[in-house]
Amino acid sequence: MIRFDRVSKRYPPGVDALSDLSFEVAEREMVVVSGHSGAGKSTLLKLAAAVESSTGGAVLVGGQNLSGLSRSALPYLRRRIGMVFQDQKLLFDRSVFENVMLPLSIAGFPPREAAGRVRAALDKVGLASREKALPVMLSGGEQQRLAIARAVANRPRLLLADEPTAHLDGETAADVGRIFNEFHHVGVTVLIATYARELFPAARCLRLDHGKLLP
Amino acid sequence: MKIWLFHHRDAALLAWRRLTAAPLSSLLSLLAIGVALALPAGGQMLLANALQLAGTTSAVPQISIFMAGNAERRAATEIGARLAKYGGVKQVQFLPREETLARMKTSPGLRDVVDALPTNPFPDAFVVTATDDYPDALERLAVEFRQWPKVEHVQLDSAWVRRLDALFRLGRTAVMLLGVLLGAGLIAISFGIIRAQVLTHRAEIEVSALLGATDGFIRRPFLYYGVLLGLGAGIVAWLLVGAAALWLRAPLSELVRLYELTLDLRALDGRDTALLLGFAAGLGWLGAMISLRQHLRQ
Ligand SMILES: Nc1ncnc2c1ncn2[C@@H]1O[C@H](COP(=O)(O)OP(=O)(O)O)[C@@H](O)[C@H]1O
Ligand SMILES: [Mg+2]
Repeated sequence: MIRFDRVSKRYPPGVDALSDLSFEVAEREMVVVSGHSGAGKSTLLKLAAAVESSTGGAVLVGGQNLSGLSRSALPYLRRRIGMVFQDQKLLFDRSVFENVMLPLSIAGFPPREAAGRVRAALDKVGLASREKALPVMLSGGEQQRLAIARAVANRPRLLLADEPTAHLDGETAADVGRIFNEFHHVGVTVLIATYARELFPAARCLRLDHGKLLP
Repeated sequence: MKIWLFHHRDAALLAWRRLTAAPLSSLLSLLAIGVALALPAGGQMLLANALQLAGTTSAVPQISIFMAGNAERRAATEIGARLAKYGGVKQVQFLPREETLARMKTSPGLRDVVDALPTNPFPDAFVVTATDDYPDALERLAVEFRQWPKVEHVQLDSAWVRRLDALFRLGRTAVMLLGVLLGAGLIAISFGIIRAQVLTHRAEIEVSALLGATDGFIRRPFLYYGVLLGLGAGIVAWLLVGAAALWLRAPLSELVRLYELTLDLRALDGRDTALLLGFAAGLGWLGAMISLRQHLRQ
């Protein structure tokens, strides 16, 4: 599903976030990426989500080489990948329902079908009763679950999440972890950057250190 | 095809929501642009009415020939016959002096004056329409007629027509110039407002792009915003011009009645209204487009 082939990423001032990184994530597999702050976890996920592009090597997602994609093809690839961002990137002037609706509108689902998918996604993360609420009215755990609902509304076969339990207390973190495990269970490929390895018992672990994989 | 329709509907609704989210500032923007647009639109209205007014007066230049006061009717008949046969003359209208006198008597202000005169002061006269109404050709005819016997005075009204024509051309140019200037102003205002909109909705733009939105999808609500802004301003301008027309109607018709003319001041007609609204909406769109070109690339 994902293959990194000697991938490196250097940010403009000359910071090497990733260097010579190679690994694979198989279809239906669940993988967690751990490592110290600044190890390159977010960068790795952004490359896989086609949000950033590598400066060396090849990133393949679903068999497609991302560096070979044209600018106009990028949006269509992004629609097939669900991503939970480290900073969530919720829209605070839109309701819970509308936040989840956004990727579906973008993908061009007819309104009725899209509304059905929004409710299904909200139901899966336990926010069905909050669809009219604004994100500010939600607790931290609920906001995180909203971000997950938005990521899965399109029913992607690949789900990426960047430290989804970072700011949550033990019980809410466990709730959120359970949601990802359920998606893994129904056949979604899941890649999560996290310190909380123990929340994902079924996952294989990749350990990053200063942009390199530890054996 | 259907998806395309949903996207446009959603974008238009979103633009409407954003426009009405800050009603006061939107209203003030509309008012500012609307007032600016009302100037050329009002100019166009006045011009259209002036043209209509000119149309009710003789638009075709004519030559008036006045016989000498002491000329007998026979002399006038001769001139009439000569005119009828003369090449270059299209139509001749004879105005006998008695008729002129009688007509003057029907005018209440003049009756007493005319009654007080011992004799009829008006000469026999002809009004000639030429086949060729170029000012030069008319001038040549006038020179010719002046030499005919017992003709005292030949008056050419082409000079007046020419002046009127020049005036209209000036008016049209002024309206165009105003339209161009204030149209550019509208583009600039739309540019600035869309820039502010882009800044306000930065987060949404970023998130949409991350979720796989195309440039078109991201632009669309802003373009609709520009179109709605222009359209709203066009409507404001239309209302202003309509109100001005209503307000000016009575005093203006009073004024032109003094010149024995009638004018029923009309607001913008269907064609001009469509033109105004289309123009305004188009400029709003254009300003938004340029602004997005400039500000969406980060
Ligand atoms: N947009 C950026 N511009 C410059 N440097 C960056 C940028 N994003 C991340 N970095 C740098 O790249 C390295 C890896 O960052 P990141 O991938 O965010 O690590 P992690 O998510 O593991 O904390 C860090 O040294 C960070 O400072
Ligand atoms: Mg990070």
